[in-house]
Amino acid sequence: MRRYKFEENVFKILMIGSTVIVLASLVLILGAILWRGLPALSLEMITQTPKGGYYLGKEGGILNAIVGSLYLAGGATILSLVISLPIALYLQLYVKRTHYAELVRLSLDVLWGVPSIVYGAFGFTLMVWLGMRASLLGGIIALALLELPIMVRAMDEAIALIPTALKEASYAVGATRLETATRVIVRQNAAGLLTALLLAFGRGIGDAASVLFTAGYTDRLPNSLFSPAASLPLAVFFQLGTPFPAVQERAYASAVVLTVIVLVISLASRRLSKRLTKHVIQ
Amino acid sequence: MLHPHLQFNQLNIWYGAQRALKNVTAEIPARGITAIIGPSGCGKTTLLKSLNRLLEETDGVRISGQILLDGQDIYAPRIDVTGIRTRVGLLASKPCPLPMSIYDNVAYGPRIHGRKNGRSMDQRVERHLRAAGLGEEVKDRAHEPASQLSTGQQQRLCLARALAVEPEVLLGDEPTSALDPISAQRIETQLQALKNQMTIVVVTHLLRQARRLADYVIFLWMGELVEAGPAAQLFNAPRDERTRAYLAGDIG
Repeated sequence: MRRYKFEENVFKILMIGSTVIVLASLVLILGAILWRGLPALSLEMITQTPKGGYYLGKEGGILNAIVGSLYLAGGATILSLVISLPIALYLQLYVKRTHYAELVRLSLDVLWGVPSIVYGAFGFTLMVWLGMRASLLGGIIALALLELPIMVRAMDEAIALIPTALKEASYAVGATRLETATRVIVRQNAAGLLTALLLAFGRGIGDAASVLFTAGYTDRLPNSLFSPAASLPLAVFFQLGTPFPAVQERAYASAVVLTVIVLVISLASRRLSKRLTKHVIQ
Repeated sequence: MLHPHLQFNQLNIWYGAQRALKNVTAEIPARGITAIIGPSGCGKTTLLKSLNRLLEETDGVRISGQILLDGQDIYAPRIDVTGIRTRVGLLASKPCPLPMSIYDNVAYGPRIHGRKNGRSMDQRVERHLRAAGLGEEVKDRAHEPASQLSTGQQQRLCLARALAVEPEVLLGDEPTSALDPISAQRIETQLQALKNQMTIVVVTHLLRQARRLADYVIFLWMGELVEAGPAAQLFNAPRDERTRAYLAGDIG
């Protein structure tokens, strides 16, 4: 009796401890970037592109990186969605638990583990071969490759949770697999699919290595798919690398902006997901 | 039997290495209610779900033998599966509305089969909701989510959804097992009302329900067909010893 009590307590402490570590890291990270970055954060910072001498501590902002990041991660997430949803539906409704499906899942898990610099290098090689220059499009494609495995696996897992009875209810009135997928599965699972989208977007917007060679970096706003585009992670990286404390502070301010974007999008999608689950069958 | 609507010839079904049905040969008459009875695990649901080819969605199922719908082999190579499922509807054991409004649930089937929205769709939805005994209750809330209905209402909505594609056969897989007695009775009443228009095949492990509903009975025991015949004869004068023992409550 006493031993059970003891074990129970040990596990309770472990669980609480782990939760505290996670929450504390989040608070510490946020605290650190806010403490270092807030003083440098100004309206100018988020509404202007860098002017001459910005990297020496003079006037300008990081609008180029904000816009660039939104374009890059947004574009990559849309591109990735167009490819991921059919794969996830195919895996769940058509091939199910065959060896082939397991092979596809294994490949995606391997891709998930590939470091993002490898996607960058791969994208760069491909672009050199095609004679393309660093551009928004190149960055979008590299980021989409990076996001793809996350999105497919998250959707795959979400669709797997759909009860068989629901699919059968659709088949039973003579619906095909495709009709069942588009009219029932996607509706029932809208919240899960949105979460997958968000996970992928989060990874995409935070990644520096894959866009370094493929999208490049520029002080100007991207005006076409074929011009280079700046991004927030690289803005953090470059500014942190300068020897000037004023510019380093701006790196932290850029990190604050990046964090706020992710936060706002997370909150917005939570709101949206509540609305999307109106019809969901428990 | 005057006109068998469905026929099984030497039907065998395996789940992997396990044989669920053994050489089942039987006929199901047109119109009226046929009850498939027997204890749990005797193959009732397996037999039922082979009739609209929903069984093959389960992994590892193998089927041999013939099932004829109006004389046509539904497992023939070039047959259109969705066509079979349109002709043979299903009412599942647990109510399972689709994630959409009450109206859209009923309109789902007709839309799949190319019916346009509009006045005639409204009438169609209303007619089938009424046929399922749900017309009055949802008259003013047809565009609310189906998930808001009670369990009993959800099952009647599922009945309306099945009826909306105008099937000639309706399968019921223990359709009242998840319902309270009042809701169950309402489903039974609707089935009784529908049995002059279509062939109804109901799986049940409740003998009392089979006695109330059935015009024709098929008794399965451990994957084998023991006895089949008109309800009056099978219940009152069973020919097989196992049927007699099952009806008396000695086995199963």
